[in-house]
Amino acid sequence: MPELGKYAGEVLSAYGISLALLAVLVAVSLARGRRVRAKLRAYEDRKGAR
Amino acid sequence: MSLWEYANPKRFMQISAAVLPWVAGFGGVCLAVGLIWGFFGTPEDYRQGATVKIMYLHVPAALLAINGWLMMLAASLIWLIRRHHVSALAARAAAPVGLTMTVIALVTGAIWGQPMWGTWWVWDPRLTSFLILGLFYLGYIALWEAIDDADTAADLTSVLCLVGSVFAILSRYAVLFWNQGLHQGASLSLDKEENVADVFYFPLLLCIAGFVLIFLALVLYRTRTEIRLRRLQALMARDRLL
Repeated sequence: MPELGKYAGEVLSAYGISLALLAVLVAVSLARGRRVRAKLRAYEDRKGAR
Repeated sequence: MSLWEYANPKRFMQISAAVLPWVAGFGGVCLAVGLIWGFFGTPEDYRQGATVKIMYLHVPAALLAINGWLMMLAASLIWLIRRHHVSALAARAAAPVGLTMTVIALVTGAIWGQPMWGTWWVWDPRLTSFLILGLFYLGYIALWEAIDDADTAADLTSVLCLVGSVFAILSRYAVLFWNQGLHQGASLSLDKEENVADVFYFPLLLCIAGFVLIFLALVLYRTRTEIRLRRLQALMARDRLL
């Protein structure tokens, strides 16, 4: 851990909040992508089975 | 081969499937190396102390918040002029990514500004136009969600994107237009006197490359999702007619 001195709180909170926001964005994008792909596949399979 | 072939959804899906893992992987590596280098391997600034390390997040996020909107502007113009659906969907896909970048830039800027300026926020031209850009992102996303007809939504959001571009450009150049406010000039410059010192410059470049590639990867992935969703809606609409 580098010596951050009196600004440790500011630096660590900036990194924590930013990386958390990026992680949420990636997680939400992946979850929505998987959900839509599964729905489309299920619909196409149902259509193919008819 | 014409550039417009990529506007074909099927072709776009093929190419993006091949490119996406490389862009995401390379972006992740660049960002990880850049942030670790910047956080652990660079010294304190003689004036700003350790807060200079916030630059590795703040500068790339602000850069992408502005350029993300300009990418949406280009895609919106392609939609308005040539009516390529993929471009409208790419603009829609980019908006939440751009909004996240704007929030990161605003939050890290406030955290950085408090110890350096003595205040979290000031109604400085650059900060104010940046905040308005963030509100335009919110309005853009809300407008897409509010309109059922996809083509009408694409038309209206494209017009909104044109209007919002004023603030995207202002937030970049406000420092030059108005010689006032607390925010400093650009951290990166071709002028060696103005540019940040080399010890900060190279990890910053890596972080910027990482953010740009992750932005691209997210936009590609989310555009693929929008194309699938559009196909699902089209199939369901066709079945309702039969």
